[in-house]
Amino acid sequence: MLTMLWRQTATGLRVLVALTVLCGIVYPLVVFGVAQLPGLSGPAGGSIIHAANGTAVGSSLIGVDPVPADPAADPYFHTRPSASSSGPLGPTDTTTSGGSNKSGFNQDLLDTVNQRRELIAKREGVNPALVPPDAVTASASGLDPDISPAYAALQVARVARVTGLSEDTVRGLVAQSSSGRVLGFLGEPTVNVTTLNLAVQEARH
Amino acid sequence: MNDTLAGILQIVAMVGLLALVYKPLGDYMARIFTTTKHWRVEKALYKLIRVDPDAEQRWTTYATGVLGFSFVGVVLLYLLQRLQAFLPMAFGHGAVTPSVAFNTAISFVTNTNWQSYVPESTLGNTVQMAGLTVQNVVSATVGIAVAIALIRGFVRSSTDRLGNFWVDLTRGVIRLMLPISFVAAIVLIATGVVMSFHSGVTITGVDGMQHTLPLAPAGSQESIKELGTNGGGIFNANSAHPFENPNALSNFIEIFLELVIPVCLTRTFGTMVRSTRQGTVLAAVMGVIWTAFIAVAWFSEAHPNGPAAQAAGAALEGKEVRFGIPSSILFGVSTTGTSTGAVNSLHDSYTGGAGGITILNMLLGEVAPGGTGTGLYGILVIAIIGVFLAGLMVGRTPEYLGKKLGRVQVTAASISILTMPALVLIGAGLAIALPSTLGALGNSGEHGFSEVLYAYASAANNNGSAFGGLTVTSDFFQVTLGLAMLFGRFVPILAVLALAGSLAKQKRVEAGAGTLPTDGTMFGVLVGGTLILVAALTFFPALALGPIAEALS
Repeated sequence: MLTMLWRQTATGLRVLVALTVLCGIVYPLVVFGVAQLPGLSGPAGGSIIHAANGTAVGSSLIGVDPVPADPAADPYFHTRPSASSSGPLGPTDTTTSGGSNKSGFNQDLLDTVNQRRELIAKREGVNPALVPPDAVTASASGLDPDISPAYAALQVARVARVTGLSEDTVRGLVAQSSSGRVLGFLGEPTVNVTTLNLAVQEARH
Repeated sequence: MNDTLAGILQIVAMVGLLALVYKPLGDYMARIFTTTKHWRVEKALYKLIRVDPDAEQRWTTYATGVLGFSFVGVVLLYLLQRLQAFLPMAFGHGAVTPSVAFNTAISFVTNTNWQSYVPESTLGNTVQMAGLTVQNVVSATVGIAVAIALIRGFVRSSTDRLGNFWVDLTRGVIRLMLPISFVAAIVLIATGVVMSFHSGVTITGVDGMQHTLPLAPAGSQESIKELGTNGGGIFNANSAHPFENPNALSNFIEIFLELVIPVCLTRTFGTMVRSTRQGTVLAAVMGVIWTAFIAVAWFSEAHPNGPAAQAAGAALEGKEVRFGIPSSILFGVSTTGTSTGAVNSLHDSYTGGAGGITILNMLLGEVAPGGTGTGLYGILVIAIIGVFLAGLMVGRTPEYLGKKLGRVQVTAASISILTMPALVLIGAGLAIALPSTLGALGNSGEHGFSEVLYAYASAANNNGSAFGGLTVTSDFFQVTLGLAMLFGRFVPILAVLALAGSLAKQKRVEAGAGTLPTDGTMFGVLVGGTLILVAALTFFPALALGPIAEALS
């Protein structure tokens, strides 16, 4: 029995070394090689958006909440809150990912939700009851690039006022950054905050 | 489109796609493990590892192969983590601490992929690829090999040979896992999953602030993570991270990958025992449980009862906007019904009803449809218990697929199904009795108890998902959860291989007038009933203290 165990373990080690080369080195390298092809290299590199001068200005997949220089004149669309932020509404820490793991019965979460609702209602100058659920809850990744169409609509008036663009123009930009359900039935309708803020910035200039 | 209709269409599309590949993939897998022909590359490999591919093994040799291979897997993975500072592409991450390295090594070798570390700040590319990706592939294949050995036990008669573990492993990797993973990886990258060897990229936002976004070779690992029902994320947020799961389409593909092998293995079983209806019955049981659990969890999430969720207006804490409730629930039920444990939303933030469903899904022994291989041998063991119970009722020696179920077979089956409940109840009981556990909870009250129950259910079933609010960094949790993973994986494997050995030795008995038909609706109800009965009797008190109490408050 012991000799068999020993012999099988020795074989196991040889198999493991061989399969480590195959699955741990060859397989990822071949996938990486194919991912360099045109059409795949963009997403493989993180779906990075570059400005005209070549600087990386964001990833269309990662939501980073912008911080206004003057909170009273805030020209940005805001992402959902992130549980890893120092404050209730930001700023985003992109070096890590994750959520709050708090349950619906958690008192801290209840307090935070109420606090966020007040802050957002004040920022947008609206009735707190109008703030949609995704605006007051932290996402699972903390890096959610999307907001609901309702939360985007809520922010249109303020962004238009601060940027000097017409509300219709801003609504048009929101529409350009909006996606319906994939294939009509997968997932939810979304508005991408990263591309939306870049579009607003471009429209101002 | 109406929200509910869209969600239902998504479920229908998933079932439809699985039905489409059921026969071809199931039969292909049967061919992989029955053909006598070796591929050239396999022959070269057998020469290299000095294995005679045509020499078959007794169940004991097969089992020592599984154990020996897994043992060296744990050792290598532990060493890779401990020696990380000396490896290329470590990005400045040093040695992983001993308790985390121990827990992680066991976690990935047992196909659990429980993660007690933050990958972005702990692991470099070499450990991710040469360590974790490798175990993602091989631990999944080991599960399939054990299931195939059990099927051979039913198919063969009057022999003590069950096949060759090294051949089953090699063929599973080369003919099944790597080809599908490769194609799936490319498809996922096309949808937006990253595949980069850079540690990160710096961006300058619209506000002028600079941020670093961590990158990783995620594509190659993401596909096998789901296909092999592994679940270990290359990023901390797992499949909620936009770089691992960028949109609703990638989400749909990932769920499909989790389900496809476990579901199609029932066809492999049916084809190998030469009665495909025997397999469809089992697939139907899995499908009914999966659908019913999605319905309950979805309803519960759509009607949250916690004050915080009600204040927010919807149960969106811990969910991504691109997934919303239906795509999150579909993922959550599929990941706990298989042994995947990847998450696209935080189960800890689920309502009592939905969180309870994810726990119950694991406590059924993960058979709806279960992990790669583990799901099939799990439900076959339940079927054996079901046939035995039916035999008791009519007072004759029960038989299943022409094999008599005597003392040895029923004992092996019982050991296999009782190991997990013992580990869960003893582990959770011990943990809850410790005063220090109170400080580790992320939520208080019933939900806090659910966090502990979830942790041991996840470890003992080799799932790997978590109610993540629980802090498991203490040595107590690292060691006990590590042991739960270890015993939860290998005790059932040994029992199942012993069962397979004893079945193969028997002569086939012809079905008589008193033989219970095992290929119809009636048998499906019997298997489903046995499953619910065993889980309910064992776990009702624990579930009542946690999720049920929360759902009713």
